[in-house]
Amino acid sequence: MNDTPTEITATAPPVALAGEESVADFVALLKPRVMSLVVFTGLAGIVLAPGALHPVLAVSVLLCIAVGAGASGAINMWYERDIDALMERTRNRPLPAGRMEPGTALGFGVVLAVGSVTVMGLAANWTAAALLALTIGFYVFVYTVWLKRRTVHNIVIGGAAGAFPPIVGWAAVSGDIGLGAIALFALIFIWTPPHFWALALYRRGDYQRAGVPMLPVVAGVRETRKQILLYTLLLAPLALAPWAIGMAGPVYAVVAAVLGVVFVALAVGIWFDSGERYARRTFAYSILYLFLLFAVLIGERLLGFQG
Amino acid sequence: MATVMKHPTARHKRQWSKNLAILAILAGLVVLFYVITIVRMGGG
Repeated sequence: MNDTPTEITATAPPVALAGEESVADFVALLKPRVMSLVVFTGLAGIVLAPGALHPVLAVSVLLCIAVGAGASGAINMWYERDIDALMERTRNRPLPAGRMEPGTALGFGVVLAVGSVTVMGLAANWTAAALLALTIGFYVFVYTVWLKRRTVHNIVIGGAAGAFPPIVGWAAVSGDIGLGAIALFALIFIWTPPHFWALALYRRGDYQRAGVPMLPVVAGVRETRKQILLYTLLLAPLALAPWAIGMAGPVYAVVAAVLGVVFVALAVGIWFDSGERYARRTFAYSILYLFLLFAVLIGERLLGFQG
Repeated sequence: MATVMKHPTARHKRQWSKNLAILAILAGLVVLFYVITIVRMGGG
């Protein structure tokens, strides 16, 4: 396996004609699948935080988290339109496909970012608004602009942006950041590398063409498999932290333990697999894993476990 | 002009959809601001 990135001459994306974009293109800019996970983890922060929030304000907070995540996605797509054109997975996005002018996407993202932070401040508090602004700024400037094209540690550090939403939700209710919020942050932070490296394993050709220094491109497939296994071995016990600190109950502990064992088994499968089958399964499972963990956290609290 | 409006092009349809979406979002924002203000003033 040749892991050395090869020089690829980029072809210019088609020139967009003003007005060619559709409503669906604007929705695509928001990365709706990422947005749904962000909203779900933000909801966990709202539900698990001490205190209470009026339902209308809670919905407003969730809306702000969703729009803030969408704004980050739109600005990310504006900045990465050149490498998106080189990757099979992303070349049909509105900008590389030439359906939207870059300035339209940037303006759309900036307006959403400013709007979501402002409404968060008005609906909840300015601590949550500041944390939302930090989340957007971290994803755009630290991950997208600074780290992604420069270092193999892009996902490890930049993944913190995806771990902020539960903290934002928590702060919207309580006005501060508690131990429970930090536990949720840590859970997503450690989950992010194996999640993205599993994707990068079977999409490494795309990342290689685009010159993005993802772990399989820089360090090779074997090292990536090892790192996925190591992170998963760390993640499985860490997922018990909410139960250990008394924020979640025994049902969560059992579910987290079982899901963690499955995750580790898949990571072991990646280690011994010579193809991409386990990488694909692990990527799909990682999404289900996080959804189920947070669903049980939320469900337990709503059904009466008060921690 | 009447002929153009009778048979809207795909571009016209896209623009109409975008205009409707913007109108819906602006109306939603107005409602949101009203509701948030009412709730906050009510002690929520």
